[in-house]
Amino acid sequence: MSETPDVTTEEVLDSDGVQAGVEELALTIRERCGASGAAIVGIHTRGVTLARRVVAKLREWGVDYPMGTLDISLYRDDFDNHGQDFPKLESSDIPFTLDGSRVILFDEVIFTGRTIRAALDGLMDYGRPAKIELAVLVDRGHRELPIQPDYTGITVETRREQYVKVRFRENDDREGVFLITEK
Amino acid sequence: MSELAARKDLLDIEDLGLDEIEYVLDNAVPFKDLFQRSVKKVPTLRGKSVLSLFYEPSTRTSSSFEVAAMRLSADVTHFSVSTSSMVKGESLLDTIETLQAMRSDYIVIRHQAAGVPGIVARNTGASVVNAGDGYHAHPTQALLDAFTLREVFPDLEGRRVVIVGDVLHSRVARSVSTLFRKLGIEVAVLGPGSLIPRGRHGFMTRLSDWEETFDWKPDAIYLLRVQLERQEGQFFPGIAEYHRMYGVNSDRLQRIRRLGAWLMHPGPVNRGVEITDEAMQYEKSLVNAQVENGIAVRMAVLHWLKPENAKE
Repeated sequence: MSETPDVTTEEVLDSDGVQAGVEELALTIRERCGASGAAIVGIHTRGVTLARRVVAKLREWGVDYPMGTLDISLYRDDFDNHGQDFPKLESSDIPFTLDGSRVILFDEVIFTGRTIRAALDGLMDYGRPAKIELAVLVDRGHRELPIQPDYTGITVETRREQYVKVRFRENDDREGVFLITEK
Repeated sequence: MSELAARKDLLDIEDLGLDEIEYVLDNAVPFKDLFQRSVKKVPTLRGKSVLSLFYEPSTRTSSSFEVAAMRLSADVTHFSVSTSSMVKGESLLDTIETLQAMRSDYIVIRHQAAGVPGIVARNTGASVVNAGDGYHAHPTQALLDAFTLREVFPDLEGRRVVIVGDVLHSRVARSVSTLFRKLGIEVAVLGPGSLIPRGRHGFMTRLSDWEETFDWKPDAIYLLRVQLERQEGQFFPGIAEYHRMYGVNSDRLQRIRRLGAWLMHPGPVNRGVEITDEAMQYEKSLVNAQVENGIAVRMAVLHWLKPENAKE
């Protein structure tokens, strides 16, 4: 995703903005879930990073939420075994019982909603939660399925053909939210 | 996203690059994790079909592939030799044509003649997985063995494995030794002189008895099945003699235990031949792990291969 004459990259949020978004999410989750708590499940890869940060923030405030991770590669509706895709699978790790629990699913950005659809299927193979909610750092619009986040860090106006990249220092060189346009 | 070339078939370990081997072994880990869930199935290959074609008797390999395919939500059809037209004299190419018309996405095939899976692969758009052909190859067995060994030794480089038994008639030995060497494992062989292939001395240490084997300090001992069905010629005097010379009895088990070596066997075990009942209980036996890992590795293989059928 380098800068070339045909591609422009616009910074929508810098590192401070990302951290503010994380705190916003943590704050709202604490308000709404309170002492009864919820189980946090991050979607690989950056949904996990986002979830870790929110869980760390909540812990600073003295509330401890259990956390798990989910890889949804095997649940995608666009797995094409005739293409050139070789997804590197990650282990899902749900170290608690989902049955009857309140789960907040984390992803860094929501776009069409298809990833979340796959995540719901994947999650439900681990158990039957009483309630599943969705938290995202960025909502960029253009949904193709009736799925909406319950907790949103920031909403970004985009065109369908643009890309939104969320980068965390844990995964990438430079932290921030970037809007990428190919001409 | 790895940068691998698309591969249609898995016919032999020989063809594989290290990046492909590592891709399959790494991906098998999350597949194995699925077995801990109450729902062991994922929808990845929903709507795809797997044809299982076994010209030789097999229980564990064919059911392992079947379970793997079903856990990926693929549909599985069995062609078993005794009930099919093959006994009515249909030629291999006619059979292939029939199979092609069925539009299977994956064909898992075992045949007594080396090279048959390759012929099928060249004549169909389906992905062909060799489940054992003659004395040639059994690539998924080798992959599951490497996966199993890697669970106990995360770094395989420089580890030592001795393969014991009928190396000459064993496609397992051939595939396992090839893969292990690619992964940096030192491989030695121990067995009756008549059952050790000539011309492979260059890259495999030849051990002459258990004494020498213990001195070599293997990290794992891989026992091959004595293939009673393939002993038409006189390769060794008898089963009892084989057991006396090469079998794992209680004395040898004590030495193995002191050495701390792991024990592997591709199954099915001939008790009292390769190994005694007592030695089957050895705490460092990986035999059951090999069976469970076989399913995970075969899921990773089916997930990796790219059929060409849908291109038309």
